[in-house]
Amino acid sequence: MTTALSGRDVAQRLSDQFPNMVNLCDGSCLWVKPEAVAEVAKFLRDTPGLDFDYLASLTAVDFWDHFDVVYHLASLQRNHTLVLRCQLPGRQNLALPSVVDVWRGADLQEREAYDMFGIQFTGHPNMKRLLTWEGFPGHPLRKDWL
Amino acid sequence: MALRTEPIVVNMGPQHPATHGVFRMRVTLDGEVITDLEPVMGYLHRGVEKLAEARTYTQFIPLTDRMDYLSSMSNNLAYVLAVEKLAGVEAPPRAQYLRVIMAEMMRISNHLMAVGTFLDDMGAFHTPLLYMFREREKLLDLFEMVCGQRLTYNYMRIGGLSHDIPPEFLPALKKFVRDMPGFVDEYDQLIRENEIVLARTRGVGVLPRALAINASASGPVLRGSGVKWDLRKTDPYLVYDKLEFDVPTGAVGDIYDRYRVRIEEMRQSVRILEQAIERLPPGEVRSDVPHLVHPPRGEVYGHIEAPKGELGFYLVSDTGIAPYRCHIRPPSLINLTALRDMVLGMKIADAIITLGSIDIVLGEVDR
Repeated sequence: MTTALSGRDVAQRLSDQFPNMVNLCDGSCLWVKPEAVAEVAKFLRDTPGLDFDYLASLTAVDFWDHFDVVYHLASLQRNHTLVLRCQLPGRQNLALPSVVDVWRGADLQEREAYDMFGIQFTGHPNMKRLLTWEGFPGHPLRKDWL
Repeated sequence: MALRTEPIVVNMGPQHPATHGVFRMRVTLDGEVITDLEPVMGYLHRGVEKLAEARTYTQFIPLTDRMDYLSSMSNNLAYVLAVEKLAGVEAPPRAQYLRVIMAEMMRISNHLMAVGTFLDDMGAFHTPLLYMFREREKLLDLFEMVCGQRLTYNYMRIGGLSHDIPPEFLPALKKFVRDMPGFVDEYDQLIRENEIVLARTRGVGVLPRALAINASASGPVLRGSGVKWDLRKTDPYLVYDKLEFDVPTGAVGDIYDRYRVRIEEMRQSVRILEQAIERLPPGEVRSDVPHLVHPPRGEVYGHIEAPKGELGFYLVSDTGIAPYRCHIRPPSLINLTALRDMVLGMKIADAIITLGSIDIVLGEVDR
């Protein structure tokens, strides 16, 4: 049976490595500052005991005054999961580092999130729209797009 | 005199029979050898996730049918399980067993199509596919008996099923379960040691184990690469923890391994069906859930082992009657991540069977 790791517990393991980069953690999620997400992802993947080798899902949610980028991680070795989240304030110039170098599975999913929400993933080798065409007006899954 | 050569770019698709729908592979060729490949998709994009935000939880169920239309029942199941997790309701035992029966019938039906069209891509033109259609027809008849539809079932409901099975369903299913292993053996015998199949599939389209995990592959693609990972075992839902079955895996991660995994999974699904029919309890098939569900504020990620891999629904609720956000994690799309790595340096004809061995449905890739 899969165990869901508590964000608070994982945050304690991260606090030495990444001071001030982890915030707001509760039982269900691990919140990190957007600029640190790629390094935190690498740490989560490579630290024995955490071993998050599998990115199950990557997506974003529009909350009007901010966007959340949500990563559902899993460890196939240890059969546990973790929800990693980043909050991007505002609605313009949204960007955070790409995790493609950590998990290749993020490739198409980050492109989809860019296409649907207009969030730039810096460092992605091929950051362009996935489902709609080049020149499509706006980003359809934003709440203000009709 | 030196021969002048130059790489050429070929667009395979979007209208091309080997792409199983409207999918485009932008292939760069050096002679017959693939030096680059870029998948291009979105031709069937209907904005399902946006549509979900404007419909009640129940109204969205028919739209899930239209994603992976070769395994609609599994899509129904993944969605209703996620909503049930969000709303904190559970289906009654009879409905849970019936859901397992439907999901495993769907898996057999999907793998029949997957293997049939894959051999079609290899050049065994339509004969193996029509063998598969013959068996799939029996399954579609069973689905029609249950819910009146052959492709888009809309059978699951939040908290159970739309209605109970008719009395003639179980005898017909028992007959199918009796006949199916013999058919799989007969079919596999024709293919397993066929020299042409072996030459075309052994060591072709290899997805190494480490890359399969790193590229978030799932389902038969992941298991073909030797990873024993099946959500029915590792994160059991419904009553799968009470049923006995094995998880077949490959060794090399080539096309042949993925084919073997699918054939074995059909045998295992028959085993599950036998047990589920035997233990099917009497009783209600739908718990008392109001038509308009108001889940509490929060979010949930529910996933199941659909025939093509991990199908996940990420739902965010703001206590309204429609999801605030509904994200679908489609196995078909994410399994395509490693397509380029699988075909680099191969011949152009291998790209087609590699794509066939991944088993994609464009309704799900594009949503």
